[in-house]
Amino acid sequence: MNIHEYQAKELYRKYGIPVPNGIPCMSPEEAKSAAAQLIEETGNEVVVVKAQIHAGGRGKAGGVKVVKGVDAAAEAANEIFGKTLVTHQTGPEGKLVQRLLVEQGLAIKSELYLALVVDRESRRIAIMASTEGGMDIEEVAASTPEKIQTVSIDPAVGLQGYQVRQLAFALGLSKKEQRNFAGLLFKLAELFEKEDCSIAEINPLILTDDEQVVALDAKVNFDSNAEFRHAELWGELRDLSEEAPTETEAKEAGLSFIQLDGNIGCLVNGAGLAMSTMDTIKYYGGEPANFLDVGGGASQEAVTKAFRIILQSDAVQGIFVNIFGGIMRCDTIANGVVAATKELGLKVPLVVRLEGTKVDEGRKILNESGLAITSAATMAEGAQKIVELAKG
Amino acid sequence: MSILVNKDTRLVVQGMTGSVGKFHTEQMLAYGTKVVAGCTPGKGGTSLLDVPVYDTMRDVVKHTGANASVIFVPPPFAADAIFEAIDAEVPLIVCITEGIPVMDMIAVRRVLDAQDKSRLIGPNCPGVITPDQCKIGIMPGHVHKAGRIGVVSKSGTLTYEAVGQLTALGIGQSTAVGIGGDPINGTDFIDVLQLFNDDPDTDGVILIGEIGGNAEEQAAAWIKDNFKKPVAGFIAGRTAPPGKRMGHAGAIISGGKGTADAKIEALEDAGVKVAPTPSDMGTTLQSLL
Repeated sequence: MNIHEYQAKELYRKYGIPVPNGIPCMSPEEAKSAAAQLIEETGNEVVVVKAQIHAGGRGKAGGVKVVKGVDAAAEAANEIFGKTLVTHQTGPEGKLVQRLLVEQGLAIKSELYLALVVDRESRRIAIMASTEGGMDIEEVAASTPEKIQTVSIDPAVGLQGYQVRQLAFALGLSKKEQRNFAGLLFKLAELFEKEDCSIAEINPLILTDDEQVVALDAKVNFDSNAEFRHAELWGELRDLSEEAPTETEAKEAGLSFIQLDGNIGCLVNGAGLAMSTMDTIKYYGGEPANFLDVGGGASQEAVTKAFRIILQSDAVQGIFVNIFGGIMRCDTIANGVVAATKELGLKVPLVVRLEGTKVDEGRKILNESGLAITSAATMAEGAQKIVELAKG
Repeated sequence: MSILVNKDTRLVVQGMTGSVGKFHTEQMLAYGTKVVAGCTPGKGGTSLLDVPVYDTMRDVVKHTGANASVIFVPPPFAADAIFEAIDAEVPLIVCITEGIPVMDMIAVRRVLDAQDKSRLIGPNCPGVITPDQCKIGIMPGHVHKAGRIGVVSKSGTLTYEAVGQLTALGIGQSTAVGIGGDPINGTDFIDVLQLFNDDPDTDGVILIGEIGGNAEEQAAAWIKDNFKKPVAGFIAGRTAPPGKRMGHAGAIISGGKGTADAKIEALEDAGVKVAPTPSDMGTTLQSLL
């Protein structure tokens, strides 16, 4: 789960990690008074107006403005608010800016990079630090990997002082900066673990003229599996306008759904089968409209909901139900499909392939439903049939 | 022969008294698996499906000699259940539970790596089956057939798919192992390939991977240097958009890494024959025999 920069910074503040003074704003008017307030408090005319969207690359897309004075801040806020930003992470459709963060300007001596991630290879939390702050870290990793220092945290003992020193020396920090960096890093590691993060990235982490170390930017992703430990806070932090409505609806029903650009709706059980169903549709010349994994233990209601989500899409010109039941029972799937089509009607071709637990019961339910269903014996056959039928 | 489980495997079900645990215990019993105990704290002394239930895993091992465990405990308590099974020195622990926080799995993995009595399969996996001998997990037993091909996979339903195809071709399986789709798990491809390599009754292997991480690339490198038997492969997620988590917690292309194409290339480079569609997994393996 993603959150906004300003929310990540509030979390950082809670853990004592230095961040610039800033005020989140829900309108350009709020941004103007926020700028006035910051200028008065800090005595510094320079403020930064930052678009708050769930995507990186905002600066290059014109979503971050460094300005001087209240009027210039208001102008910048007017320009950015309501704008659709297209960055390398938003896709071509971009993201609408509906929130701003207005921050005090800081005198930057140098920019560093710092990130904590779950490292699948070491099976630990890894800390990456680099002198190449403000850059796209993936580019740094590709072109000058020696400029990225990595240490990993042993969960039995936690982050150790020598590891922080290793990073601090590699970053060329002064003695005072080292001390400030160590304070920040220990707190960030604590935050990462306690808040169940999957990523906590600071790019750039800045050094100021008075040797302070400050998180100028902040990105935090949470591990969705840990939601049960943080339901209240994450509920507050979630910005539904940043998520596709169908994906949110599906999630609430316990389904895993991702909208794609094609015209063939897929209802599948199991992530691997759902992915490879998409692959197979594409292999036979079609385009999948979605990824949908109804999961192992979906109820009939959840399946009905899943089928309804697919049926409601205008782009869908054919549906392929591909089930190989393990936990998932074929009769549950069949009942859900029948219930949803009874409610919404079925105007597009439907190909069903059922296999596994309670397969005979499932097939019987579909056969007796009177629905116009094309059955398929294998995934490949089903994919070919639906690609053909969806052409009309 | 087979790997990991056979007719002598004595299974305890952790979380047997829950609805999912009970359903699959019935299925496992019906398949012929020797389910010798259930473990549910607070229900010790009772029984379910004629299987005695104990409060703790130490009690289970002491009284029943269970040598394998399967876990159907919900995510908030699953890591605790794994720790308890490790503490009781159960040699094989199979965790079916999906949705365990990654921070919990980091701790589990640390404890696993510090001992040598227990092996964890999963989590977020269908389990392990040696056809006609022992089924541990949630796979539909009837699609399997005893034989000499090993299957190892990150995906549950794709494992059933592969097994179903093999059976339809008259090719039986020695053992099918689901290692699960989480970013941090207990047993990876290489561990299972080592076992298949050493098993005189396994003649070839189907390996099924998916986008995310680099376990497939590591497996490919290991196969190239060590594996002596033919391998057919499949990688799910060629059409998956980058940056999106495709159902499994671990199935995500991030920073251009973990793509299906890179994995397919690595496997082919190691001499693995990769099936063009999942419906061709069985025939691809057959062509290698």
